[in-house]
Order: sequence, then structure tokens, then C-alpha cells
Amino acid sequence: MTSGGIRPGGIKRAVTALAVAAFALFGSVVQANPEPGQLNMPRGVTTYSHVPYFLNNVALGVCVVIGILVFGAMFIAMFRFRKSRGAVAEKWSHNTTLEIVWTTIPVIILVVLAYLATNGLKLFADTTGSEMTIKVTGYQWKWRYDYVDYQGKPIDKVGFMSKLDRESDETRQLKSGMDPNAVKVDGYNTYLINVDEPLVLPINTKVRFVITAGDVIHSWWVPALGWKMDAIPGIVNAAWTNINEPGVYRGQCAELCGQDHGFMPIVVKAVTKDEFNKWLAEKQAQASQPAPAAAPAAASTVAAPATAQATSAEATPATDNHKG
Amino acid sequence: MAHAATHDHHDDHHGAPKNFFTRWCMSTNHKDIGTLYLIFSLAMFFIGGSFAMVIRAELFKPGLQLVQPYFFNEMTTMHALVMIFGAVMPAFVGLGNWMIPLMVGAPDMALPRMNNLSFWILPFAFTLLLSTLFMPGGGPAGGWTMYPPLSLQGDSVAYVVFAVHLMGISSIMGAINIIATILNMRAPGMDLLKMPVFVWSWLITAFLLIAVMPVLAGAVTMLLTDKYFGTSFFNAAGGGDPVLFQHIFWFFGHPEVYIMILPAFGLVSEIIPTFARKPIFGYKAMVFAIASIAFLSFIVWAHHMFAVGLPLGGEIFFMYATMLIAVPTGVKVFNWVSTMWGGSMTFETPMLWAIAFVILFTIGGFSGLMLALAPADFQYHDSYFVVAHFHYVLVTGAIFAIIAGSYYWLPKWTGRMYSETWGKIHFWSSVISVNVLFFPQHFLGLAGMPRRIPDYNVAFANFNMISSIGGFWFGASQLIFLGVIIHAVWFSKKKATDRVWEGAKGLEWTVPSPAPFHTFDVPPVINDDELAHGHIDD
Repeated sequence: MTSGGIRPGGIKRAVTALAVAAFALFGSVVQANPEPGQLNMPRGVTTYSHVPYFLNNVALGVCVVIGILVFGAMFIAMFRFRKSRGAVAEKWSHNTTLEIVWTTIPVIILVVLAYLATNGLKLFADTTGSEMTIKVTGYQWKWRYDYVDYQGKPIDKVGFMSKLDRESDETRQLKSGMDPNAVKVDGYNTYLINVDEPLVLPINTKVRFVITAGDVIHSWWVPALGWKMDAIPGIVNAAWTNINEPGVYRGQCAELCGQDHGFMPIVVKAVTKDEFNKWLAEKQAQASQPAPAAAPAAASTVAAPATAQATSAEATPATDNHKG
Repeated sequence: MAHAATHDHHDDHHGAPKNFFTRWCMSTNHKDIGTLYLIFSLAMFFIGGSFAMVIRAELFKPGLQLVQPYFFNEMTTMHALVMIFGAVMPAFVGLGNWMIPLMVGAPDMALPRMNNLSFWILPFAFTLLLSTLFMPGGGPAGGWTMYPPLSLQGDSVAYVVFAVHLMGISSIMGAINIIATILNMRAPGMDLLKMPVFVWSWLITAFLLIAVMPVLAGAVTMLLTDKYFGTSFFNAAGGGDPVLFQHIFWFFGHPEVYIMILPAFGLVSEIIPTFARKPIFGYKAMVFAIASIAFLSFIVWAHHMFAVGLPLGGEIFFMYATMLIAVPTGVKVFNWVSTMWGGSMTFETPMLWAIAFVILFTIGGFSGLMLALAPADFQYHDSYFVVAHFHYVLVTGAIFAIIAGSYYWLPKWTGRMYSETWGKIHFWSSVISVNVLFFPQHFLGLAGMPRRIPDYNVAFANFNMISSIGGFWFGASQLIFLGVIIHAVWFSKKKATDRVWEGAKGLEWTVPSPAPFHTFDVPPVINDDELAHGHIDD
């Protein structure tokens, strides 16, 4: 993983950072979470995530080549055909052959891109054959995860709210005087991209998500999974993932949803199937015990701010720490 | 040809009214109304720009230092509304008002009183909109796209909706006026296919405006009734659909973005031939490309909605249709380059802005092509990559073209030359800073930074700081523009010739500089050699 970015001041450091970033761009490092100085999309860690990554790189390559040709021709023209160099304007104003060529070639390029993209779309649209279902619900400004079924068996009462971690939340208050650089987990800066309780998923399992929202539109986005999907009240969207590597993958809400839109991150913790089974068993055991005064989860989340404006950031809505 | 309108109009060549109120508030003169539009647009450009400065200042480093998140959202929302409806659109209407009658040999716009009304609505519309910032409920903070249910949580819905209605009425009247002028008031001999490309681009844009502004009006009216009259158009609990709003909005919104770029294509297609001293390459192809882009703009709207969960067939249709736009747009770029090829170029300020337009708009087009690929868009969507994309096409596209056009015609408007030195300083300062401002935003988006957030993870800090520095620099550079204009209007000693630019062709250069209060009271006799596109056989 890269570390160290382009900070104003150190040219040497900037060059190093560029080299590192170039490595990250073209090398085989698997990037999952944002890194300082990162220049390209992460490759991601799922069976689907190479699709957007590959399309992005191909399209970028095509654009760079066309750009070099077009801008190259422009710059040659600007140097060769200057009045100050004695250039005399020619009279022609069309060339049918050329016009046919530069209409046809883009069409061919587009057909190739469309072919690649269509295959990717079909792959993403196919949510069949999933071994697990997670219901994701967006609220102002936190996420709720409900485990619906796993390996063909329904799961009862495993679900929880997931919201911005306390340390980020204290640091992000206006004029808190706290340093965002200090918010770290295992040496990685997690300011605004950490939660109190992550979504835990098994690796090498096709997981189907059903995504909706309780108040306004949100969008569930973890770049390492390769997609985002809007969470819309009254509508249930479907998406899927199949994570290949254990790890912690971070994302954020991607649809403007009010004052704390920037403060409702998403964290997915991918673990081996064994670890997941153990975790799930613990959760189910907890759930079957008489819950100590834990109110039904979704109820208090409807503390939505009809009067969101002018509410100072300190007045974060009364928190509800439902841990299942 | 169509010149009947010029007969019943004998106001014996008097000059402008002396009384300030009579001249500016009661004006029916296309030049004065054009000037009003341009001044209004410049004022809105600075107001909208100051909102952008607040945004970039808050994003200068991680952590919240200056404003509360809700106010930040008000700033992003107002910045967009003011820049789109207050700065870019009125600037093009102003340029059209000033120049279309001069370019087609008409004495004025076809409907002068309506012209006055369509301008004077705007200051009221924006007073209504901007006043919300000073009210206890605050301004709109749900984004310029006003997606419900979020936009309905605000207290300023009624103000925003009425402001949008007024802007829409103004735009529709302006568009009717432009169509009526172009179709009915061209001087004899000014055939449709001899018209300047700028006039063509405005004719097509005007049809887009008439087609989509009522759609926006309908969408916001439904917001209004959902908020205050208990309807449930966009409320799933009442049988409505929040996604319906997005379909209606973007059916307006996508043609809207072409409304902001087609006249820019026209401007650049006038400026490049002038300074390359060579006719535009492929005149008919240029006109046809504009028309194709306008047509396609109606069938691509859902590419703004790839992440709302469209069915597979919908995703595929809108992806293919969107990719098609690259073809006519590519033709335009190739034709501008071919116009320069074999020319005899000089690089006065308008030409510099036009060349920067071609390069930087194309970069925005490239990211547009990348965004069109739906699976990749699942990553790009609502990230800073999109922010970079639309600022490349709107700032270095639309606004650069407006600035190019302003320098190009400023001597015709004022009768004096602007300062070439300061114009070039303005250009170089802007063109460098705008890239420092927007280019790093591509990287931020690719790395996973969502748009419309007031604070971000430390990983995004470096490029945000660079972007903010570029932003302050770009903002400050525009004060040079203000200075250049003030100097050219009141202080410049250098008189402009009638033709102004050596390679300039077209009817607007046959009238004196500054253009007299009334021009072409008698339709001009058109000599095809005088026109930029007088002998078009391609």
C-alpha cells in the first residue's frame, strides 16, 4: 500500500509520492481504501470489481490516445500556421474523405467500449444464486444492516445500526480543535470512514443486498466492491457482491441526504467463512437472550430532522446504540 | 425574403433616451437589453463565485473550520442555481440579444417589449432566491437537483419553486423572441445556411429551451404541492415515486446542459475562423452536429440515474444513446482543429480563450465518455470525478466561451479596444488556475471522495488543498476581467475600427464601432463575400 502523499513544500517527497502513486496505478498492488496521493480507481476485491476498474483504464487509455492525436495536431497547427511565421491562409473548408474517417473511427471505438460495458452490466444485474441476503436501510444519518438469510436458512433478529465512530464524530465538530490526522486504527487514518459497528460478511460467498431507505434517498458505496446503489424510501434495489479477500473495506454515503451526509460512512469487514459462522452464532445467541431494555431498532431512527436547517452540528440526533 | 417587419418602424434614428430610468428599465432596444443581461450575468458570476470560495475554503483541509454542514449544503445548492440560471444562461441570452440582430441584419429583436419583460423578471427571481439565505429557515440545501424527499425537508421550497418558475418564464420568452427574430427578420439574402454558426446554435438552443423549461416548471410545481398541499407525487407512502422526480428533472436537466454548451459551440465557431483567417471547416457538418446533439439530448436523461436501480434494458439503452453523443461532438472538435490547420493564425485574447475552450472542453468530453460507461459510472457516480467532469464542460467550456465572446465583441460594444496585455494576463492566470482547481478533483473522485461533503478523510487532503489554492487563484483572476471591462468601457483611449479584427467577417462588423443605438433600420444589401459562410457548398 502506498503511504506519504504530495504535501506542499517537499519537492523530493512529491516526486517519491508520484513514483509510489504511479506504482499504485500500474503495479499489482491491490488498493482497497483511499490512500493519500491516490490517482486511480481501486481495483477492488470482489469478483465484479475488476469490471469498472478495467473499463475505467481502457476508456482512459482511449481518451489519452485520442487526446494526444487531437491536441498534437492542434499544437502543430498553432506553430506551423502562424501569421507571424508568414503563413498564408488556405481556402479549403471541407474534405469529405477525412470527415467520413473521423466519423467512422469513433463509432468503431464506441462499439468496442459498448460491448465491454454491456457484459459488465449483465454480470452486475445477475443477482441469482446468492448464498446470503443482507437488507441495507439508509437513515439520516446512519445505516442499518439486517441479516435476512444465509445458506438457504432464514436468520432471525440479527441486525444493527452502523454509524460514525465516536472519535471521528467528536473531531468533526466545527472548531473542535481536534486533529483529523490523529484519528487512526492500526496506523491507517480512519477519520470519517469508520463506524461503531461494521457490516460483517464472509468471503467467497455471493451476497445479495436489498437496499432501501427510511427517510430520504441515500446511496450505499464501498469503492472496493466496485459499485454504489441508491437507497430510496419506498423502493427496494438489489445488488450483489462476492468478496475474495478478507479485510476491512470503507466507503461513504454517495447521495446528498442532508446536513450529515458527509458523516455516515460504511465499513464492511470481510472474514473467512469459519470466522463468520462464529460471529453469526454469537450474534444469534445475543439476540435470543432477553434484550436488556434495547428498544426495537428502527423505531427511534425516525428522529429525522424535519427542521434540519440551523440545527447546529453539535446537536447530533439522539443516538441509538442498538447492537442487535 | 422575410423583411416585412422592418417597414412599419420609422423611429427616425434618434439615439438612446437620456433619462436613466427610461433608457434602462423601459428599454426595448436589443443592445441595451443585451447589455443588461450581460451585466446581470457578471454580477451573478461573482455572487455564485463567492459561494464557491466558501466551499473551497471549508474544503481547504480536513476538519470543519468555517461553516456548519447545513450551511455548506446551502452553498453548494446556491452556487449551482446561481451559476446555471443566473450566470451562464443570461450571459448567452445577453450575447444573443446583442449579436443575433446584428448578425442577421435585423433592426431589433422581433418582440422588443417581451424582451424587456424577459430580462426584468430575472432580478426579481434572483432576489427571491437569494433572500432565502437571510431567512430563519435558511436557503435551499438539497442540491440544485432538488431531489425529494430531501428537498422537501427545507423551509425555502416555495421561494425556490417560484424563483424557478420566474426564471423559466424568462427563458421561454427569450427563446420565443430568438426564434421569431431568426426565422422572420433576417435581411434579404441571409439564407438559413448562410447564417453564422452562433445564430444557428442559438436557434437550436431556443427550441430546446421551449421544450424543457415547462417540464422543469411541472416538476417543481409537483414539489410545491407535495410540500404544502398534501399531494404524494414523489412520496412512496402516498402511492408516489421519488424516482419519478428524477426522471422528470433530468428530462429537463440533460437538454439544459446542452442549452449551456451549444451557444458556446457557436461562439467558438465564429472566433476560430476569424483569427485563423480561414472559413470554418465543414459548415454544414457543424450545424448538423449541433442539431444531432440537441436531438440526442432528449434521449439520454437517465445516464444521470445509473445508480437508482434502473432495469438492465434501461441501463443499456441510456448507455448506448449517451455514447452516441461522442460522435457529433468529436466531429465538432475535429472541425475546429481543421479550421486552424492551413490558416494564418494570430493569438489575440479571444482566440486564446477559444483555443483553451477546445482543449479543455474536450477533456471534459473525455471524462463524459468515461462516465457514459454504466458499470464504470457505478464507481464515478456522485463522486468528485463527476464534479471535475461538469466543471470542465461548464467552466472551461461554457464560461470560457462566454469570456472569449465578450473579448471578441467588446470593441464592437464599447467602440474602444480593451487592454490586450491585461486580457492575456487574465487568460493565462485563469487557464492555469482552473486546471489546478479542477484537475486534481478527478483523482479525488477515483480515490472515492463523494461530492457534496463538507469534510473528508485525511487521504483526500493533498488534492483538496491543491484544488482550493487553484480555486482562490481562479476566483481572484476574474477580478482582472472586471478591471479589463471597466477600462474598456470608460477609460481606454484606443478607438476600435469597424472591422476590429483583420479576419472578421459577417454583418456585425459592417456597422460602426461602437454599434449605433439603431442599426439596420433599412435591411443591408448582402454581399456573400462579406459573410463568414457566404459561399458554402459543403
